[in-house]
Amino acid sequence: MVILPLPRFRQTSEILKLMHKKENIRNIGIIAHIDHGKTTMTDSLLAEAGLLSPRIAGEARALDYLEEEQRRGITIKTANISLLHDVGGRPYVINLIDTPGHVDFTGKVTRALRAVDGAVVVVDAVEEVMVQTEIVTRQALEERVRPVLFINKVDRLIKELRLTPSEVQDKFMRIIRDFNNLIEIYGEPEFKKKWKVDPQKETVAFGSALHKWGFTLKIAEEKGVKFSDILEAYMQGRHQKLAQLIPLHNAILDMVVEKVPNPIEAQRYRLPRIWKGDLASEIGKAMLNCDDNGPTVMCITMAQMDPQSGLLATGRLLSGFVKEGDQVYLVGARKDYRIQQVSMYMGAFREVVDKITAGNIAALLGLDLARAGETLVDLAHKDVMVPFERIKYVSEPVITIAIEPKHPKDLPRLLDAMNKLSIEDPNLITTINRETGEYLLSGMGELHLEITVKFLQDYGGGLEIMTSAPIVAYRESVAGKGIVAMAKSPNKHNRFWVQVEPLEEKVINLIEAGKIADEMGRKQVGNILFKEAGWPVEEARNIWAIDEHRNMLINAMKGVQHLREAREMIIAGFRWACRAGPLCEEPMRGVKVKLMDAQLHGDPAHRGPAQIMPAIRRAILGSFLTGKPVLLEPIYKIGVSVPARWVGDCISIITRKRGKILASEYKGVLSMITGYIPVAETFGLSTEMRSATSGHALWQCTFDHWERIPENIASEVIRRIRERKGLPPEKPTPDMFIGEEQRAMRSETL
Amino acid sequence: MLAGFEALSELVFVGVGLHDEGGISLKGLEEVRSADSVFIELYTSLLPNFSLERFEALVGKGLRVVSRRELEEDHGEVVLRVAERGKAVLLVPGDPFIATTHVALRIAAEKRGIRTRVIHGASIISAAVGLSGLHNYKFGKSVTIPFSENFSETPYLVIAQNKELGLHTLCLLDIDAERNRYLGVREALETLLKVEEKRKMGVVTRATLAVVVARAGSQNPTVKAGFVDELLNYDFGGPPYSLIFPGKLHFMEAEALKVLAGAPSSVMELVE
Repeated sequence: MVILPLPRFRQTSEILKLMHKKENIRNIGIIAHIDHGKTTMTDSLLAEAGLLSPRIAGEARALDYLEEEQRRGITIKTANISLLHDVGGRPYVINLIDTPGHVDFTGKVTRALRAVDGAVVVVDAVEEVMVQTEIVTRQALEERVRPVLFINKVDRLIKELRLTPSEVQDKFMRIIRDFNNLIEIYGEPEFKKKWKVDPQKETVAFGSALHKWGFTLKIAEEKGVKFSDILEAYMQGRHQKLAQLIPLHNAILDMVVEKVPNPIEAQRYRLPRIWKGDLASEIGKAMLNCDDNGPTVMCITMAQMDPQSGLLATGRLLSGFVKEGDQVYLVGARKDYRIQQVSMYMGAFREVVDKITAGNIAALLGLDLARAGETLVDLAHKDVMVPFERIKYVSEPVITIAIEPKHPKDLPRLLDAMNKLSIEDPNLITTINRETGEYLLSGMGELHLEITVKFLQDYGGGLEIMTSAPIVAYRESVAGKGIVAMAKSPNKHNRFWVQVEPLEEKVINLIEAGKIADEMGRKQVGNILFKEAGWPVEEARNIWAIDEHRNMLINAMKGVQHLREAREMIIAGFRWACRAGPLCEEPMRGVKVKLMDAQLHGDPAHRGPAQIMPAIRRAILGSFLTGKPVLLEPIYKIGVSVPARWVGDCISIITRKRGKILASEYKGVLSMITGYIPVAETFGLSTEMRSATSGHALWQCTFDHWERIPENIASEVIRRIRERKGLPPEKPTPDMFIGEEQRAMRSETL
Repeated sequence: MLAGFEALSELVFVGVGLHDEGGISLKGLEEVRSADSVFIELYTSLLPNFSLERFEALVGKGLRVVSRRELEEDHGEVVLRVAERGKAVLLVPGDPFIATTHVALRIAAEKRGIRTRVIHGASIISAAVGLSGLHNYKFGKSVTIPFSENFSETPYLVIAQNKELGLHTLCLLDIDAERNRYLGVREALETLLKVEEKRKMGVVTRATLAVVVARAGSQNPTVKAGFVDELLNYDFGGPPYSLIFPGKLHFMEAEALKVLAGAPSSVMELVE
């Protein structure tokens, strides 16, 4: 029988005392490919190494923790959990941020990683390293989060695959080699060597989350357990004993305590990666030292709507402390607040406390505009705080569905639920198309949207929602330089000369890597473009705007009168053009817009936004259409795990759908196919795959990149999008946007 | 079409004048009556007492109201197409080409071989100047004070420039006729005072003399001269409003401000 030890009860005050001792804190996340056993492992950690306050424990009594969770309707799946673990007689607080498993939620993974210093990467011993293992590991490395490895589902190697000990050994070696290979590729030089995992160095654990056992080589040695003992235990059907002999939580948490750095150590090297302010400043020093007495700085990593108490913001305190009533400032939202409540996580529950100090995870109430990625600072330092580097999202929302309530009277409830969800999930984009009256949800994949709709139904209290078929997002771009296009304002009193060209791949990468961003100082952006992209000083210095879809506005004008007053309107016109390109009103991507010259009317009433914005937009669209316009489509990276006999069938399905095969590797009984496939071709993929492989193929798709659509297909795609949007069937010509008099500019800038 | 008769292709711009439908001239009325199609735009000015129904009854035919979008973004195609096949009249509040945007339409018409003519109407430019009692030849550049969301320093700088040369400045207060919205005198003055706070050139302070003209062209226009401090809280009645910042004053101008516009007697001290 399975023995469920009762969670240990601790006084909150005792835990708080522990939280002051930063050497005894570990902040970790658990990341994995879907179905590799992350949730099972988290549940088992929680059940075995629980941490409960007497108050909650009183209610929980002898109930199994998970039952309690269900009874209270709390989902630990998206929550934070704090665990207590003793090593060498010393108690440690382990703050665990759970992350969702499916690739469609990688955005949430990234956000959670900002708060932690270490990550347990769970890999299924049968399937080995998969697409999403690669993605989440890369994300961890990019945030300077140290990974350790847990090879899970060893029981299946024994029971189902019936592998010999030497075959098991081979598999382990291959997984470790592949995993280290990821560290080699994505790790930074100064961490690569130290962070590569090695069973001898206690950075790899093996086991079965399902059967709640696990070991590191050190534990195995101490307990005198050999692999043959484990094999034998399974043969004789007494593997339950393993959970007592070598309990999983000991293996995992020992490894975490030993190998994941404490917040003081971690902040010293992580800070320069996630924060670009002056490390020698007062704030910089305080964060580097994880100083309780420094200015309060917190990086918000999660925002959730609590039905009773409003917005709950969770994040990592890098210096100072938070307590109820503190006056704080959100740098991104540019708003000051009074903290209404401070709480910490005890097990899976939230416990209100007076104060939480640097290096820990805290949850705050009262900050209604807080979002994941936001920077919180005490009010006294609001003017000197440089915000954290933007959290990078590897994926982009590439699929859209239209939704509507089944009963029109439910519309307000739907809108309310949409609003709540868009707060919690920055990877979800909700839009209302005022012209068509459609309510649109854009997400990272079909599943993401499916689950979003489910959430909406729950948030709306059983709201009935109708959904449209999924629509793929496209992008419009240019393959060449457009002409210097002139457009006049509607009143013909102002004119602009604009030229578009492709934005260099290097610069797009800088934007995607978060190295340059719209909210950064222009000088800083200029320096990076000058140094890293080789831009001439003139151009690098005159960046006016960076649009979210990787477009850039550069001012190359000189001596234009009234320009300062028109600047914001010009930028707004640029953003308008970027939102909807001329081909089929999909967003532009990778377009560099240069303002070459302008003439603005002397009277301010004749150069308001209603005049400037359309003129700028028309000039951009006109030049765009002369710059070899192209349509880009989203491409998924696909990873298929399938028994060898169906490999050929899977490959032919992918290639038939305009996909490309990158590799097909034999990994034990299963083969792993990786490749690319256009998102547009993946609808109905499941049916085909299932029938071709009798349901034996498992696969995952993640957005990888944008790719130019072959010309012969592009015009048909454009036509269909135009039809769907109710646009005239023929795409516009340049002269529909720009003046007939395309003569040279009056000034010498040409 | 009868042989020997060439199709008439003509666009006549007719000024409607100020305030109400009574401002059109007899010549203008004739043109409207003999036109094949009559268009009217009502977005460049506010005609507080103008009624389309009364005007249609007066001229004995229906009018087609054209929007800003039709004239500006669609380049007046709707008007030009009709003018190509006959005689079209476009009615414009005030004097047609004081609303500078219509020059583009006239150029486009001529380029397409459409003959154009103009019948003038009274304009706020001459009406405000005249009502104020200030001398026309002493005005410098005029300027519009925009709504606060389109904040601009230009009006302040134009006033400064003109004052430098001893010239008066006529400021038109922004309107949004399509949304029936207009800028009030108080808001306009506050905008200027805000720039003063920043620039500190002493161009528009609470002690600066200004003249407000309200509802020019109506039966009961308000003309009020005074210092900004007083004008900030003065009730001028309904719109539209114009604002004049005098430069150097001729003694006759000062007297006119005192007698016709209720200026305080200290205005006499400002005579050059």
